Amino acid sequence: MAAISREEVAHLARLSRLAVTEEELDTFAGQLDVILQSVAQVGEVAAADIPPTSHSVPLTNVLREDVVTPSLTPQEALSGAPDAEEQRFRVPRILDEDVAS
Amino acid sequence: MTDVTKLSAVEIAGLVANGDASAVEVTRAHLDRIGAVDDRVHAFLHVDTDGALAAAKAVDERRAAGEELGPLAGVPVAVKDVLATKGVPTTVGSKILEGWRPPYDSTIVERLRAAGTVMLGKTNMDEFAMGSSTEYSAYGPTRNPWDTERIPGGSGGGSAAALAAYEAPLSIGSDTGGSIRQPGAVTGTVGAKPTYGGTSRYGLVAFSSSLDTPGPCARNVLDAALLHQVIGGHDPRDSTSIPAPVPDVVGAARLGASGDLTGVKLGVVTEFTGEGAEPGVMAAFRESVEALAKLGAEIVEISCPHFKYALPAYYLIAPSECSSNLARFDGVRFGLRVGDDGNRSLEEVMSLTREAGFGPEVKRRIMIGTYALSSGYYDAYYGQAQKVRTLITRDFTSAFEQVDALISPTTPFVAFPIGARTSDPYQMYLADLFTIPTNLYGGPAISVPCGLSEGLPVGLQIMAPTMADDRMYRVAAALESSVGTFTPPAL
Repeated sequence: MAAISREEVAHLARLSRLAVTEEELDTFAGQLDVILQSVAQVGEVAAADIPPTSHSVPLTNVLREDVVTPSLTPQEALSGAPDAEEQRFRVPRILDEDVAS
Repeated sequence: MTDVTKLSAVEIAGLVANGDASAVEVTRAHLDRIGAVDDRVHAFLHVDTDGALAAAKAVDERRAAGEELGPLAGVPVAVKDVLATKGVPTTVGSKILEGWRPPYDSTIVERLRAAGTVMLGKTNMDEFAMGSSTEYSAYGPTRNPWDTERIPGGSGGGSAAALAAYEAPLSIGSDTGGSIRQPGAVTGTVGAKPTYGGTSRYGLVAFSSSLDTPGPCARNVLDAALLHQVIGGHDPRDSTSIPAPVPDVVGAARLGASGDLTGVKLGVVTEFTGEGAEPGVMAAFRESVEALAKLGAEIVEISCPHFKYALPAYYLIAPSECSSNLARFDGVRFGLRVGDDGNRSLEEVMSLTREAGFGPEVKRRIMIGTYALSSGYYDAYYGQAQKVRTLITRDFTSAFEQVDALISPTTPFVAFPIGARTSDPYQMYLADLFTIPTNLYGGPAISVPCGLSEGLPVGLQIMAPTMADDRMYRVAAALESSVGTFTPPAL
């Protein structure tokens, strides 16, 4: 049985903000199925009482002194932006309808 | 006149320090070599000719002024394109960052500059460091100098190939699941993954933040140790950076070069010496284990029963972290923006940008991660993988109560032909079978050339306890003193 359907892959692509093509959906559905069936092997391990590990470094809540240090200028920070205006990142419209009209 | 491109980093630094060669001469020789061979190797995505010559000139001026130079001053270095370099293009092998020139340097690059090394340029890699062959680079594959029809490993294939092609004596890689060690193994070069947190991730484009570890690549163990010493150590700008000095990796490499391993106990990982590795790889590995025993090391077999679950656990954990990390590529702050025609919404532009900017392997991993983290699947996939990570860590800690270091082949197979594994993504994942456990544990590991199989290099991996990076350099240098280094046929 397949671990994942074409419809589920389409849903994942939407969640991932990837405008995938129909052709890609066909390819990815098969490939993701193989990968998911393989990685599902982790389920064979009896680990009910085992605590999870998220990272290997024995450090928590690393904080620094709240002091002002030099940082990028607005020009530098915006230097890689696809579009900028008045020292700000310019983005496409966020609302579905034209609120100005 | 000596061909400086064939020299070690130590030898080059000596020439520069003694005034027998200028840093500019050394740099020009390497730039010429890149010009002569890189159309066949494609190790570089960007060669920074002007920046390199300016940095070299600065070293020569400091020497002329009588300033004391560091141990790698004037030595050229190639940097994987995953690290931010101020004003120099940084693409991560992806179209989504094409043309991006970072406004700042990563800590690693900052330290390379401060040490007087000369950055030649940026090396090719699998897109976002996801891959084992460099074939997933959006800018075309790198070729293995041993056989240009074969892969140089990945994701850091460019950094490894640049060494084997004598385009650079030193390079920087990053290792999330084997991306330094596996390219080192298949190109006959040395690649070291430091302890996680032992090298700074500041300015390293994030793939899987709990695993990503930048580290040194070189043609011999001592050069790698010197580079490790220069780039390692605490960085307040990385909150996962370990606040402790770099272990004495240089001293350990020098000690190991004496060829005496008396009193060192090494564990051969049982799970990695059975099926799964090619016979030629196993033969070279077995011979090297005998060589280590002759040097005085005590060899025992050690079983690490959970290592066989490392690959599946990794391919849940790394994609999960990647799906979160790569959300920052939204077409707003840097890189590509596609479809912004004044009518489309932010979300539509974002989806079109990511669709156009990411290659197929990156998309697969983002979707796998999104799946593994989604409600209903979280416990069975991501949650379970994190528990398996704990068990793998316990395998390591229990092994290190019995032995000083673990050894295995670095990778199950020698360099495979270009195109052999791209149609089946899971077959590609198997290249990292032996390197992944260390990343999940967080300890250091090194790949050192140990022999040839059918004329292609084989690597031996040494895995050490967390913050015992020096131990792996000692063993690696000892093995190198016994088996020597390996030179590819002329390009």
